[in-house]
Amino acid sequence: MRTVRDTDAPAPEGPFPPTEAMLAEPVPPEVAEAQADRLRRVWATPKGWRYWSAVNNTEVGVWYALTALAFMLCAGVLALLMRVQLAVPDNDFLSADRFNQFFTMHGSAMMFLFAVPMFEAISIILLPSLLGARDLPFPRLSAYGYWCFLIGGVFVLGSILFDAAPRSGWFMYPPLATQDEGLGSDIWLLGLSFIEVASIAAAVELIVGVLKCRPPGMRVNLMPLYAWYVLVVGGMILFAFPPLIAGDLLFEMERGFDWPFFDPERGGDPLLWQHLFWIFGHPEVYIIFLPSIALAAMIVPTAARTPIVGYSWIVLSAVGTGFISFGLWVHHMFTTGLPALSLGFFSAASEAVVIPTGIQLFAFVATLMVGRVKMILPMLWIAGGLAVFTAGGLTGVMVAIAPFDWQVHDTYFIVAHLHYTLFGGMVFPVIAGVYYFYPVIAKKTLSERLGRWSFWLLFTGFNVTFLPMHLTGLKGMPRRVFTYPGHVGWDWLNLVSTVGAFVMAAGFAVFVWDLLRPKREKLTERNPWGAGTLEWTHDLEDESWGVRSIPYIDTRYPVWQQQQLVDRMDAGRFYLPDAEAGRRETLVTSVIDGRPLQLLRIGGPTWKTIWAAIFTGGAFIFPTFAWYGPAIVSAVLAVAMVVWWLWTGSAEIPENEMADVGLGLRLPIYVSGSGAVGWWAVWITMLGDSTAFASLVFGVFFYWTAGTDYPPAGAAHADGPLALVTMLGDSTAFASLVFGVFFYWTAGTDYPPAGAAHADGPLALAALALGAASWALTLAAREANRRHRTGLARLCLSAAPLLTLATGAALIASPHVAGLEPTEHVYPASMWVLVVWTVAHLIAGLIFQLYGLAGLIFGRITPRYDAPLWNSALFWHFLGLTVLVTVAMIAGAPRVLG
Amino acid sequence: MRDRYRAGLGLLILTASAGCAGPQSVFSAGGADALQINRLFTVMLVGAVLLWLSLNGLFLYVTRRRPGRMSRKLAEGVIIGGGIVLPLVVLTALLSWGLSIMPEQRAPGDGLRVRITGEEFWWRVDYYPPGSEEPVVSANELRLPAGPRTEIELLAGRVIHSFWVPGLGGKTDMIPGRTTRMSLEPVTPGIYRGQCAEFCGASHALMAMNAVVLEEAAFARWLEAEAAPARAAEGEGQAIFFREGCGACHAIRGTPAAGVVGPDLTHLGSRTTLAAGILPMERAAMVSWIANAEAIKPGVRMPAYGHLSKAELEALAAWLEALE
Repeated sequence: MRTVRDTDAPAPEGPFPPTEAMLAEPVPPEVAEAQADRLRRVWATPKGWRYWSAVNNTEVGVWYALTALAFMLCAGVLALLMRVQLAVPDNDFLSADRFNQFFTMHGSAMMFLFAVPMFEAISIILLPSLLGARDLPFPRLSAYGYWCFLIGGVFVLGSILFDAAPRSGWFMYPPLATQDEGLGSDIWLLGLSFIEVASIAAAVELIVGVLKCRPPGMRVNLMPLYAWYVLVVGGMILFAFPPLIAGDLLFEMERGFDWPFFDPERGGDPLLWQHLFWIFGHPEVYIIFLPSIALAAMIVPTAARTPIVGYSWIVLSAVGTGFISFGLWVHHMFTTGLPALSLGFFSAASEAVVIPTGIQLFAFVATLMVGRVKMILPMLWIAGGLAVFTAGGLTGVMVAIAPFDWQVHDTYFIVAHLHYTLFGGMVFPVIAGVYYFYPVIAKKTLSERLGRWSFWLLFTGFNVTFLPMHLTGLKGMPRRVFTYPGHVGWDWLNLVSTVGAFVMAAGFAVFVWDLLRPKREKLTERNPWGAGTLEWTHDLEDESWGVRSIPYIDTRYPVWQQQQLVDRMDAGRFYLPDAEAGRRETLVTSVIDGRPLQLLRIGGPTWKTIWAAIFTGGAFIFPTFAWYGPAIVSAVLAVAMVVWWLWTGSAEIPENEMADVGLGLRLPIYVSGSGAVGWWAVWITMLGDSTAFASLVFGVFFYWTAGTDYPPAGAAHADGPLALVTMLGDSTAFASLVFGVFFYWTAGTDYPPAGAAHADGPLALAALALGAASWALTLAAREANRRHRTGLARLCLSAAPLLTLATGAALIASPHVAGLEPTEHVYPASMWVLVVWTVAHLIAGLIFQLYGLAGLIFGRITPRYDAPLWNSALFWHFLGLTVLVTVAMIAGAPRVLG
Repeated sequence: MRDRYRAGLGLLILTASAGCAGPQSVFSAGGADALQINRLFTVMLVGAVLLWLSLNGLFLYVTRRRPGRMSRKLAEGVIIGGGIVLPLVVLTALLSWGLSIMPEQRAPGDGLRVRITGEEFWWRVDYYPPGSEEPVVSANELRLPAGPRTEIELLAGRVIHSFWVPGLGGKTDMIPGRTTRMSLEPVTPGIYRGQCAEFCGASHALMAMNAVVLEEAAFARWLEAEAAPARAAEGEGQAIFFREGCGACHAIRGTPAAGVVGPDLTHLGSRTTLAAGILPMERAAMVSWIANAEAIKPGVRMPAYGHLSKAELEALAAWLEALE
């Protein structure tokens, strides 16, 4: 077998793939028993109060899911209270202010605290079992993500109890939201940014899990469809959330420090937020929808008792939907007065998404036509979901036509449309998934009778609530109104909707009761639905080890298509049947063809992740109250906790080079560079991070081209191509930048304002030179260390941090000595924000360098075991580019472009 | 039998149209733009219902009737036919038609220009007759001539609003720092209710206005009257108005009141509603509005004048109501 690129790790040894004869060889029962005991001990979940230090996916995933469910129920209660207020005209059940807080929190919580986390929760629970892995590659990262989610969610949602909740809508449009008095907007911005960071962490983990932790032999084209969707959705989270985080940064700088990004009086523009918000917001819709399609893609073949028809079509469509979803955001802005050309383009793009969606739905229909359908209960929920979703999809086709949207935009027609897509495309399929996968998680089945009751109550209630809303909207009722007059004819429609909402609530109550009620039934069968995928090889006597042995997979539906698979897995005939070293271990395989590459040791239970989450929470939550001192202390402690956790729990030097993983195969334990999961995680994270930076750069060009005097005709010229540029920019951060620079070379506007001071050129160039030197030293340290010149490596990494500090100082000095005052105008503010961003990343780069230096000094890094240096170099590649772009933007572009 | 069927159908349509009508309904259309969008909607609705029924009918059939096994090859054909060919044909047709009406919907106006500015939570309405640079300033009611197309310029005060009169046509946002535009071509005289469609704060729900469409000649007469100064009567009401400093915020042309913070009141009494479309133009409503505007419209800038006696409030209201 080929050795791993770029690294000094030894190549795997031994036969692969295993032969039938090797698999048929029996394991002596006493050996098997001893192996099982060791595995059980290693993977045991801590007991008592220590239970909460668990990091295993089966524990963390369930906490995650139940927390998201609890937040969803709270947001649902807010909806019910709003329905009571709207039941009759001129009602005073809720005050205007409270109603506005409620609808803001309803939307925000459903999106940020339920829909996305629920996908991540379900994926954390299911992904390892779908892939026959023991756990995800970074279990402690999942735990950290969960605790961040819990703290952030309670903080944001809890604000409603103190009458301090955000009240400017889940979309937080400035200037209303930036100028809002009170803490609401800050709670939204900082609390949800905190949760977004956790969401991105989970996305990184899930992507690496799909790419690197598949069972041996499972090539990408054999992956269960759910894994494909996880990959697509993870990638979307990675590119969609950063523009919002960049927007949040601008927003909070305006609120906290009066940098006028959205204030038209000082050159800012409220529309920039709308662009950044919807570049996030529209992919978000598909981030919510695709995982549910993925659940359907698992349930439908089981119900049809045949492999899915059109596997490749579905995969292509999922990827296609992911890409197209980034090109649709302007359809949320059809009424903002953008030019007809832009509207036409985005109308067509919005309709185009029907095609991949249609392919996926027809693939399910085709599968059902090929198979012999057994109408299992989860399938009823899928059918209901389909009926609801297609209605929402068809109204979606209508509102994508810009002129029709001009009538119904921001009315109850849209409220109906979006709830049809979200219930049909998320709630129903997720409940289907819960009924379907419950036996894997809890080893029991949910009640068939309660399930049907719940379905019919929910289905009826839903349609009674939302179907009339189409008409309510066409009769002119705008969204987000706390009351309405009696004479306009909306009263009876609203009353019907309110009654329906309570029927729906009853449906949810039945479902939640079924889910949480104490279950005295005996254990279910192992594979009650007769499914064909790996998760159904789970152990009925609950074991935390994931699988007894990791199988060799060469089919899409191994339980159906591979002889004796389950028996051999149970007997420990496959890979990794033992835990000889007494450590939690799983297999790492190659990205495309699933060749075994490494035996990965992963972290066990720990409190460090909780502390890290608590301090990260402090760093985000204290600034809400403008307590910047404690915030900085918290941030420092959070970084310290993360460093401690990495230092003690990752890239540990193993006692042996190689380990026996069964079936005669020996794998390296320590891999660095591009073969290592950690390197992949850094790479993927930096892609997301660059997207946020690209969004800030986009902001600068936005001001540049939108000008300051806003003649409508001029604005029209600017916005159309701008939209196209961003689409490119979102996926290819730096290409967009270069493209954008050339595109706007000729655009004559008055950003920057005539006579404005520019950042100091020589200082900026000095920053660039210092940054380049620091980058070079970081690389040199890695290479010197590989060549056993440890002294030189230490020297490089001692000098590099000093250069990094000097880079930061020069970068700050460049606009500072030139007298750029960020509160005066959006031009200095946008130059400063690039500097702030880059300096924050320089601090991270500094920590990487110091971590590497410490590793070299304390013997945690050796010429052979050098993963941290590879990861650090990778981070610095991105950082070097960031410094380059920032210097070009602050010192070069204003002089060149004027 | 046939007659009874017809009568039944007629009754059904009548009920349905009664159920759909309303002062703010897109179905009570009186403008060329709204009518055109309604035609688009009708066609899309029929298409959507047919597609929904066939798709879900198909799903029901394959899951409940359990037809025999179809070959995988044929099934892939279902994916291509249903997932690619069908949407391509339907959407190409829809886009070509739907987008082709856009230029008409936003065509430039024929002469009259109206500049509307969204405030918290009311509307400035300035009329610029053809050739005129000096506006006729009004507020909280839009009057338009039936026939010609009127150019609408949209501005905003502190926050974003959206201008929308469903019976006349689609909406366009009003954004601080920008000027957006649209146009409307009313065809049937009448009163059409409009409302702010972009969330703008505490009383977003209470920011409405009537659009009154007049025959062209009637509109010209009205505009002339609107341009004239107020015929303010002397008396107690006027005295209270100036004593309480109302003129610092409100303008009444022809009097010393020249404030620009609040709506112009020059011809207040001739408007169909009070407080931006939420109260009837009646004495009692005026009294309670002046006494405590905040209680009626949370977040409003107008202070409460609860310290005035009932008689003073009545006198003030009567005087304002007489500004026709």
